[in-house]
Amino acid sequence: MESLNAAKPRKRLSNSNLLFIIAGVIFVLMYLFAIINFPGSFMQFQTFFDLFNLNAPLIILTLGLSIVMIGGGIDISIGSVLGLVTMACAVLLQSAIGSVWGALLLALGIGIAFGILQGFLIAYLKIQPFIITLAGLFLAKGLLTTLHKDPINVTNSAFVSLRDFRITIPWLGTENRLGRFIPCEIRPGVIIVVVLVVLLAVLMKWTRFGRNVYAIGGNEQSARMLGINVKRTRFLTYVLCGLTAGIGGFVFLMTTGAGNVGNGSLFELKAIAASIIGGVLLNGGVGNLLGAPIGTLTLLIINELIRVSGVQSNFQAIVSGLLLYLFIVLQSVVMSLRDRRKFKITLPPWLKPPWLKLPWLRGKKKAENQG
Amino acid sequence: MLSENILKMEGICKAFPGVRALHNVDFALRKGEIHALMGENGAGKSTLIKVITGVYGKDAGRIALNGRPVHFKSPQEAQNSGIGTVYQEIALCPNLTVTENMFIGRGKNVFLKWKQMNAKATELLDSLGIPASPTQELTSCSLAIQQMIAIARAVDMDCKILILDEPTSSLDEDEVNKLFELMRELKARGVGIIFITHFIEQVYKISDRITVLRNGELIGEYETSLLPQIELISKMMGKALDDEAKIKKHKPLKSDSSVPVFEATALSSAAGVRPFNFTIQKGEVNGFAGLIGSGRSESARAIFAADKVTGGKVKIKGKRVKIKEPIHAMKQGIGYLPEDRKGDGIIAELSVRDNIILALQVMQGFFRPFSRSQAEDFAAEYIRRLSIKTPSTGTPIKSLSGGNQQKVILARWLLTHPLYLILDEPTRGIDVGTKVEIQKLVLGLAEEGMSLTFISSEIDEMLRTCSRLIVMKDREIVGELSGTNLTEQDVMQVIAQGGE
Amino acid sequence: MRRLKAQVSHLFLPLSVLGLLIVINLIKGADYFSLTVVNGALYGNIPNILFGASELVVLSIGMALVTAASQGQDIGIGASATITSAVFVMFVLNAGEVTWLTITAGFLISCVAGLVIGAFNGILVSGFKVQPMVATLILFMGGRSIAFMIDGKLSPILANDISNQIGTVIPGVPIQTPIILTAVFIALAAVVLKTTNLRLYIESVGINPSAARLNGINPKKIIFLTFLIMGICTAVAGFIAVNKAGRHDSVNLLKFIMMDAILAVAIGGNSLSGGKFSITGSIIGAYTIEILNRTLLRLEVQTETIPAFKAVFIIILMAVASPVVREYAQKILQRVRTMGVSGTERKTGTPNDEAVTSPNTPGKEEE
Repeated sequence: MESLNAAKPRKRLSNSNLLFIIAGVIFVLMYLFAIINFPGSFMQFQTFFDLFNLNAPLIILTLGLSIVMIGGGIDISIGSVLGLVTMACAVLLQSAIGSVWGALLLALGIGIAFGILQGFLIAYLKIQPFIITLAGLFLAKGLLTTLHKDPINVTNSAFVSLRDFRITIPWLGTENRLGRFIPCEIRPGVIIVVVLVVLLAVLMKWTRFGRNVYAIGGNEQSARMLGINVKRTRFLTYVLCGLTAGIGGFVFLMTTGAGNVGNGSLFELKAIAASIIGGVLLNGGVGNLLGAPIGTLTLLIINELIRVSGVQSNFQAIVSGLLLYLFIVLQSVVMSLRDRRKFKITLPPWLKPPWLKLPWLRGKKKAENQG
Repeated sequence: MLSENILKMEGICKAFPGVRALHNVDFALRKGEIHALMGENGAGKSTLIKVITGVYGKDAGRIALNGRPVHFKSPQEAQNSGIGTVYQEIALCPNLTVTENMFIGRGKNVFLKWKQMNAKATELLDSLGIPASPTQELTSCSLAIQQMIAIARAVDMDCKILILDEPTSSLDEDEVNKLFELMRELKARGVGIIFITHFIEQVYKISDRITVLRNGELIGEYETSLLPQIELISKMMGKALDDEAKIKKHKPLKSDSSVPVFEATALSSAAGVRPFNFTIQKGEVNGFAGLIGSGRSESARAIFAADKVTGGKVKIKGKRVKIKEPIHAMKQGIGYLPEDRKGDGIIAELSVRDNIILALQVMQGFFRPFSRSQAEDFAAEYIRRLSIKTPSTGTPIKSLSGGNQQKVILARWLLTHPLYLILDEPTRGIDVGTKVEIQKLVLGLAEEGMSLTFISSEIDEMLRTCSRLIVMKDREIVGELSGTNLTEQDVMQVIAQGGE
Repeated sequence: MRRLKAQVSHLFLPLSVLGLLIVINLIKGADYFSLTVVNGALYGNIPNILFGASELVVLSIGMALVTAASQGQDIGIGASATITSAVFVMFVLNAGEVTWLTITAGFLISCVAGLVIGAFNGILVSGFKVQPMVATLILFMGGRSIAFMIDGKLSPILANDISNQIGTVIPGVPIQTPIILTAVFIALAAVVLKTTNLRLYIESVGINPSAARLNGINPKKIIFLTFLIMGICTAVAGFIAVNKAGRHDSVNLLKFIMMDAILAVAIGGNSLSGGKFSITGSIIGAYTIEILNRTLLRLEVQTETIPAFKAVFIIILMAVASPVVREYAQKILQRVRTMGVSGTERKTGTPNDEAVTSPNTPGKEEE
């Protein structure tokens, strides 16, 4: 049979990859900018590792949240869940039966529990994710303050040794003021981050489940028609997100060593911002999990730059918010340029009001449908 | 060449609460044939397809696949038995690659081997002559190619029967041709294709046989080459069952002035209506005639600014006016009874009374609500005039039957005493007796000086009430008929010849 | 009489929850309804509840309207009230002599602030088509910081006679002032609903915006209007709250009121996805929530745990109101009915929504 058209369309980068590359480029640029302006701190390797060391929990949270967002959903409870986990584990560790393994199990358990509860309500009862996870946020906060109001310093010996454990890199390091060479250190939290990044990236790219998540985020109707169990897939994304919140809580405790009522507050917003910067489209269906750590770090660098540039603390949040908004607009511009569509900011399903099915906005389509 | 039937459906019946969707419908599909399924919305096409594909269970009848009786309990079962469906809105994920779209949702393996899958995809695409690369994102492919990839997926799933539901609605001519080439290739391989479409020209280009449904019943099955276009159109339009003799033939009112009540020049809207001119005189009843999909409703909506108006000028009684929103049209004295009663007409949870007074109330203004007794009086008057069956004026309109709901919407617009009233399918879903009443009502209103546009799929009704018919085909106006002795034949002639 | 009965029947939910709570309280102590007179004013459980719920009632009325028209909720009301009350406080404190005139002027200016906030939210929702809950998230997050900027972070104290009277009692009047203010507001709302088409427009837009539009209503304008009204409500609520407290605390003023307002509207029998609304129901719902709060405290539940309880409550309410559960309940009801009629299960023939449906079924094809 004759070929319909000899010329095959030029292969081009997938949207996910493109956004990821952009994220990477921006990260490098930001870092260079930081180095140029603050060579004292940023030139040191330790600073780079510290970014990972101190912010491992946030990166872990972003990983889980990215999965949910790629599937077209949202979870704003993760920060509070993280806080709850830190306090719960701290309480457990300080009690008579406290053990590191026990705390780990508890952390995972709490995370998964929230994930299952919220996932069920969102995926199977089809309640809007925003309100469910908002309720989850309050629930977690409430449970947190009920559990223990004051900070708990964890003194459990096994845990403390875990907390203080460091991997040193002998060949990289800086000279301190006395001329002694101090090798760079990596905390155990970073190992967990690396392992999770690898595991989850493989999950999203090389398993059926992962591609299903992309499918339901891209076009839920189509995904259903193609035979994907949309409900189950969506449910599992929330369970995974809850799981990462639990892991993140445990790592947070490992990093700071204390349970505190304020732990994890506003982390969900940072995670959302980090996901978006890392190349997850607000719309869903597009995103590369490797972008999560990059997005988080970029966000942190940007925040740091804002801070040291002397902007008043009140305005910091506003500036960060504005930058985030700019990023979203940039994403939309890139996407519409690619498809030569008219520029518009497409909203994700959890952002759109339920009445947005007004037919007169879709003129041509309705004409075809009415037939 | 008489090849055996791969699909044979006999005596299929399917009913939903309150409506009989299919009654005693037969359908047969031969191996390697392209069989067109035609009929308007509500004729039962989509219900028949859903019965075939296992979305609905049938109430009665037999389905046989290759001679063996089958009973699908789910779309998955149908799919597994070799029935592939490609819907009008492409059921693929735009953010995934071509390969992924072909294979996702199938197979049991947890881990994916991309190299293998890509190779398999390339093989498939090449064999069907589809110019796409397996690793490119679906959004970067044109719509036509996306459609072909959807077909390729069905083919790969070893489908023996391929159902194409309105595949050409969003394609241009070149793309349609490409699609037809692919269909011919599949036909050569022995795949039976059910082709659902409204486009008459295309049916004649590609199909071997045509089945026509109407009101849930089988009108007939024909060899395409043996059925002249005009006969096809006549079968699709059919005849209504009411007693036409009782209705007096309408005589257009002699207007004292030749200034039309409403005049539109080059009116176009975002709903895909090509710029058209339109006038109507005082006391005149005209109509938009044509098959479903010809653009009649869209044209009516453009007049009322129900869809976004993208161009054109409008004059009311000779004076230039700006109608950009329905409220402007209403203030100028235009009323519009929408085709989609449920979606655009009724406000479901509100009472019958509130639904009746709504339009007039809005015209009164925000700060002048009707008193309860005023509203009750209005409602009672029209309930009586139109014999609306409702337990009370306060009953939520969603509890009423479809026909009575329609009457409420009609009451709503009559209450506004418009200069010019557009009725889009006012008799749909209404019993025969009331259909006649409404037609008489329309004539009565015209006699009193109201201008009306009457759109109906039943050509009979329009012939009886309208003095002028604007004929539409494939979304543009192809002719105009006026006179006292119009027949269906005249209309169908214009449709058949139009657009060539 | 029949009309009255119809009106009362849709208040079944709030009244039954209210009844349940009253019973629980009576069990705890039979003197629940006692009243005492102190300094010429009535006190007791009932007046205290009316007093305590003043702000919530006002906000619930606004929330009912916003929910009805835009099918979503405004979660920034606490922050908005904080901003408007900050404006009020700064005006009064900088006004030199504090008279009834300055107080009134301050109140009106805070109303203007409320309108500005309402316009901001309204544009996001009606113009940019953002979901209400997400659009108002902006104020939820940043509103209190803005209030900080206005009141200078110093938690200014409002220590003048008039404020005191507004916050507690005007000498010679047996009922506490906030209760009177709330009553006046309710009366105003009733008048507005009676003399305009607001209810008809809002309900039409909430139920079927495209049909509303084809009848000449502009859904965008109506939605915008509801947010403006909500802005006024937040100004009134903030005014009452700050006069009650005697100082402006940007952090804690009306801190979790948005949850209470959403709950009040939901308990009031209003659908959280818009359409028909009941102001009476929302008002009863608001008082019910206030009683719930006090009952929880009386049962010695800790203050910090209360939000968790309410979160669970919201989740249960949403779950029960979700379309899936409602459909399921309907199916069970239908099955029960048909079993009674024919003894055997009749195939209902309704299309199975769980199965794959074709994307282009506009629903009318079934007719």
